[in-house]
Amino acid sequence: MEKKEYTITLYTENSIGLIGRISGIFSRRKINIESLNTSPSEAEGIHRFTIVINESEEVVKKLCRQLEKQVDVLKAYYNTDEEIVWQEQALYKVPADVVTEKLYVERLLRQYGASTVVIRQDYIVFETAGHREEIDRLTEELNKYGLIEFVRGARIAIIKNSAGFHEKLMEFDHREPSPNLVENEYLDQRGSVFTM
Amino acid sequence: MNTIQKTGYKPQVEERGKAIEISGSKAVLEALLEEGVDTVFGYPGGAIMPIYDALYDYNSQLKHILVRHEQGAIHAAQGFARSSGKTGVVFATSGPGATNLVTGLADAMIDSNPIVCITGQVFASLLGTDAFQETDVINITTPITKWNYQVTDASEIPEAIARAFHIAATGRPGPVLIDITKNAQLQLFDYMGYKKCSHIRSYRPEPEIRNEYIEKAAELINQAQKPFVLFGQGVILGKAEAEFKAFIEKAGIPSASTLLGLSALPSDHSLYVGMLGMHGNYAPNVMTNECDVLIAVGMRFDDRVTGRLDQYAKQAKIIHLDIDPAEIDKNVKTTVPVWGNCKKTLPLLTELVKSNNHGAWLDQFRELEKEEIKEVIHNELNPSGPVMTMGEVIKALNELTNGDAIITTDVGQHQMVASRYAKFNHSKSSVTSGGLGTMGFGLPAAIGAWYGAPQKTVIAIVGDGGFQMTLQELGTIMQFGAKVKIIILNNEFLGMVRQWQQLFNEKRYSFVDITSPDFVALAKAYHIEGQKVSEREDLKEALKKAIDHDGAYLLEVMVGKENNVFPMVTQGSSVSDIRLK
Ligand SMILES: Cc1ncc(C[n+]2csc(CCOP(=O)(O)OP(=O)(O)O)c2C)c(N)n1
Repeated sequence: MEKKEYTITLYTENSIGLIGRISGIFSRRKINIESLNTSPSEAEGIHRFTIVINESEEVVKKLCRQLEKQVDVLKAYYNTDEEIVWQEQALYKVPADVVTEKLYVERLLRQYGASTVVIRQDYIVFETAGHREEIDRLTEELNKYGLIEFVRGARIAIIKNSAGFHEKLMEFDHREPSPNLVENEYLDQRGSVFTM
Repeated sequence: MNTIQKTGYKPQVEERGKAIEISGSKAVLEALLEEGVDTVFGYPGGAIMPIYDALYDYNSQLKHILVRHEQGAIHAAQGFARSSGKTGVVFATSGPGATNLVTGLADAMIDSNPIVCITGQVFASLLGTDAFQETDVINITTPITKWNYQVTDASEIPEAIARAFHIAATGRPGPVLIDITKNAQLQLFDYMGYKKCSHIRSYRPEPEIRNEYIEKAAELINQAQKPFVLFGQGVILGKAEAEFKAFIEKAGIPSASTLLGLSALPSDHSLYVGMLGMHGNYAPNVMTNECDVLIAVGMRFDDRVTGRLDQYAKQAKIIHLDIDPAEIDKNVKTTVPVWGNCKKTLPLLTELVKSNNHGAWLDQFRELEKEEIKEVIHNELNPSGPVMTMGEVIKALNELTNGDAIITTDVGQHQMVASRYAKFNHSKSSVTSGGLGTMGFGLPAAIGAWYGAPQKTVIAIVGDGGFQMTLQELGTIMQFGAKVKIIILNNEFLGMVRQWQQLFNEKRYSFVDITSPDFVALAKAYHIEGQKVSEREDLKEALKKAIDHDGAYLLEVMVGKENNVFPMVTQGSSVSDIRLK
């Protein structure tokens, strides 16, 4: 079956070690994760993972069942690029003289909707967000003008048809609010707590 | 040490809302009693000492079986779970104690055994510092546990253990590990009593049953000319033996068992047509590729069952009943998935299927069975030569036990022979390591199985190789008096590997001849009675003596060195190409 880019969206409890459990499900099958983002969701105490992989639908479907089976995972979705609105953020560090002296670089940045984050005498940092191809194209251009450093963030995505689940999620949170997390209160008190 | 006063457990906190101050360790033991646990298998050490210290005062309510190696503890807990249908409990210390559980956890995970392991851990302040006996047991065991959790504060203990028991035993069961730091065991906290867990927000043990699928499945079954049922351990785990029997009897469908499904249906049931898989029976393997509707109940289409997937039951419509949605379509594409606990789905299906009797179709199985009897079974059970076969030992055993014993096996030829020929009249009487195929499983599992069903005769059938992997558990038998019967089928080889070398590597017997100690003398050193037989004429009497003996017994039977287990579906073959010789 044909491989394609899929975005997996997971809703999970915010529990320690879950990321290891989840990534293990991919690594065990020798599936490379292209990008992974995790952050709080709109419901309190529920986290959202966005994972991008290149696989056949068959494999992605099975993966989602395995993921959903984990205790602490509330729901797993998979979508093609057409079914989601997605963005990736990128930061570019460019020598200041190039930008100030050569106006066409500035034009380039405007054209890509980039904005300035930091201006220093020696370099300037720009930020942009968009689809992979746009970011790649800008990177390629800036490379020609001495791009010093470049970093791209993990994909974040919103599922176009997710109204249903959003409601369920809020209802979930209302019905069964998240328990307070018990942090390991000893970790930052090494030595002063117990010794053998 | 091992007598329990049946006084009935009285919780420490009777009125909720009135806190008492207790230690984390004590909370662990209170939790176990609240969960109805009466037997724990374990081994102490520095990081779990507070729990062991607390155990000293609970001796009359909680039986602790001190094994000789933590692997023995978890296999015993598995045996206990398999024979009793309850959750097995294990204690181990941090570091080496915890890592010794790894094999058993992996085994329990793949065979869906409900197990709760409680491991000690270094002080929370030392976590991540490579402290003495610290290992990251949570990360090590993540892929081989259904759930695991590290407790660093005593107040978390009641809820963590309640969740552990709920997760281990519900849905598709599995092993769970709770790692408790030493400070949490020692810490005093306000104990508010124990509350069993029956619901976790992010855990749905059973998928919703969809009626349209039940209806669709019934329709397919009602139209089928040659329906065929494959059943697995899901029937036993779902406690659905009666529902299963009612279903196949109403629909009149020939039914075959997986290795782990053995004993879910009595061996002599008129619709039972044998065991599936690599060393399973001839008829069910061949007929898999002839049936028109294949109904899989609580089984997972393991590759040892399916052989070559691209040639597996291609002609059939497939109905798959499973509690674990991840199993549906995992290996074999289904026509109708019936998600849910088969204890609930089977009666719904039985209701809709028409009474039927597929007599002619069943006769086809019986014809092939005759062929297998003629080519394989007869000679295996009634050998003409002077050398004893494994099969005739099992046959003699059947005559003595009438299929009422619990049989645990190790892994190898003897396992396949025992599974093929042993008779099972009662559910939960076959205990074997299926998915992981763990040598060294048989003896400790038998000890646990006996604690799970002490009124039963428990027989461990083991090979000379596998027995030597965990034979130190003879010490556990000696100390605690588990009345298990050990039958070593000694072929002086790592037989199953030797069989493959014979068949596929031109008899290049590379490191498969294994020498053994004097097993009977060894048993004697542990004050266990024993006997060795090499002659057929002594076999029956020796077996009778072993079974009638009031206590543990070791019987070593010398069997043919180069006997093979047939039929066999060779690796990479289709199940219908099963070889009779
Ligand atoms: C822990 C472990 N190591 C290795 C194997 C591979 N293995 C499978 S069967 C077998 C031979 C078993 O020999 P024995 O216990 O003498 O039993 P027999 O086959 O002769 O009945 C081996 C080595 C295994 N299953 N488990």
